Amino acid sequence: MSFFSSAKRFLICSAIAYLLLKGLFLSGLLTQYIQQIILFSFIAILTSLGLNVIYGYTGQFSLGHAAFYGIGAYTAAYLGALFKVDSILTFLPVLCLAGAMAGCVGYVVGVPILRLRDDFLAIATLGFGIFVKVLFDNSDRVSEVLGGSRGFIGIPKIVNLEVAFFAMVFLILVTRNLIFSRYGLFWQCIKDDELASTAFGINTARMKLMAFTYGCVLAGVGGALYAYLYSFLHPSNFDFLRSIDFLIIVIVGGMGSITGTIYAGLLWVALIEGLRIGLPAQVLEFRWVLIPLFLIIVMMWKPYGLLARKESKFLGLGGNG
Amino acid sequence: METLSYVLQQLINGLQLGAVYALIALGYTMVYGVLRLINFAHGDIFMFGAFTAYYLIAKWDVPIYLVFPITMAVTGTLGFLIEKIAYKPLRSAPKIALLITAVGVSLFLEYFLSLNSLFTPNYIGFPRPFEVTGYELPLFTVTNVQIIIFAVTALSLVLLYLLIYHTKHGRAMRALSHDQEVASLMGIPVDGIISFTFIVGAALAGLGGILYGFAYPQINVFMGIMPGIKSFIAAVLGGIGIIHGAVLGGLIIGVSEVFVSAFLSSTMRDGVIFFILFLVLLLKPSGIFGKWIDKV
Repeated sequence: MSFFSSAKRFLICSAIAYLLLKGLFLSGLLTQYIQQIILFSFIAILTSLGLNVIYGYTGQFSLGHAAFYGIGAYTAAYLGALFKVDSILTFLPVLCLAGAMAGCVGYVVGVPILRLRDDFLAIATLGFGIFVKVLFDNSDRVSEVLGGSRGFIGIPKIVNLEVAFFAMVFLILVTRNLIFSRYGLFWQCIKDDELASTAFGINTARMKLMAFTYGCVLAGVGGALYAYLYSFLHPSNFDFLRSIDFLIIVIVGGMGSITGTIYAGLLWVALIEGLRIGLPAQVLEFRWVLIPLFLIIVMMWKPYGLLARKESKFLGLGGNG
Repeated sequence: METLSYVLQQLINGLQLGAVYALIALGYTMVYGVLRLINFAHGDIFMFGAFTAYYLIAKWDVPIYLVFPITMAVTGTLGFLIEKIAYKPLRSAPKIALLITAVGVSLFLEYFLSLNSLFTPNYIGFPRPFEVTGYELPLFTVTNVQIIIFAVTALSLVLLYLLIYHTKHGRAMRALSHDQEVASLMGIPVDGIISFTFIVGAALAGLGGILYGFAYPQINVFMGIMPGIKSFIAAVLGGIGIIHGAVLGGLIIGVSEVFVSAFLSSTMRDGVIFFILFLVLLLKPSGIFGKWIDKV
């Protein structure tokens, strides 16, 4: 059971967080909308964590993360429509399959494109993201259920606090243990110096592919949760800008930091969705003017992100937690 | 005969779009040559050019022969400012930080200009300063807009060619793209040449913006995103860093886009372009005229 015991502190923290949230949800202080935003922040953290594994830990820059998120969402929604999924028990296998599907696509795409580096990888993943969005837009030609550019409607709302929260906690733990395993060390080694890693005998092609596939699995699970939280999918939810959202969470939080991704994910969702509640529209349109400025300033000040390669002792995510 | 003339007509339409892509792709390829940076904001400079031309023509009634130089000067200044403010402080930062900054600049320009007090996020009709007339040729029709686009593009290509291969500045640019450090040791003012490259590239993008406005008279602050990305693909297709490669790539991308719309489906258009990108990156990442095989 060393899997759980080594992260005792993190488990205790998440149990407390869960009890607090459950109390808040039951107390009726939070509107339906705020509850949804809170659940969405868990999905954003999960998906961004996938990108952090790909980019933050392994150094493979991807601008198409939303494509895998979308593949997960559409797979889950399609399977749900096919097998009439309507309860948590039947939803869990769908969740796993959606993650597996995104992972498979990530593997197949990763084999050729991970040979590219830096900005060429960026443009290739960006291209893949747009390609997938075009496929979603035309999906009604394959099957009427998928809805094409009208969107996928009628997905049951199954995701509740427990599903979203425990999926996130579980996958954060898995990711943390992977990062501190030999594979995680290989990934970080590749990020620091690919040539030197090859010289040490690390199979860089295989390790990069593994990190990429794993990151895509996380995105797929995040997408499936998204589909069953909002019960409506539209191709525009999975476009280039959404990839940028996840990228901003990873970068602001810090490359190679799970803690950073968690904090930045919460902050991001609070900024983007939460600010909608109180502020008038004239102020809201400034959000997207300030966010890129903030991004540029972070890049000039700390090019590896605010919490790069730091983990919170408090949350117990550090090496010997 | 019917089919042939239809294909030829679509070819002309494709070349019209491709010529605009070529103008944008030149800026990408030059900046990539000297700085090894995908300047994501380049598509937005193109957009800014279209809006500048819109204001000059529709609001201030500037005569058409002045619209071109003024717009190019405005976008050139914008390119200069972007480089000085956003990219220069990051010269020694990791490469990806620079790329993310470029994405940030692009988003900033789009959302800042889409504020309701500025350009607004709506589509705006672009006023052509002249009537569109078609000239019937035996197999196809050419409009005066298309003639203007081909003529302006060809002229600017000749000028650019002369600039790069027959002036001191051009030689300095080529030296920078070979080796920045050695170039600076030979007494080339690196920062000045980088600024100069940005200005020339941005001016060409502004020119592309005007021509795009003439050809497709609907402009919007987000109009630069897709043409920007596609032009970058054109630059990669032709071989990044190579001037004539960018032009050929632009024409190929423009023609294939129009052909896919005409013969397959207009919604598949973007998908096919990115499929081309995939094939190029996998089969010959250095592009059609490429030379840097190991750089990718």
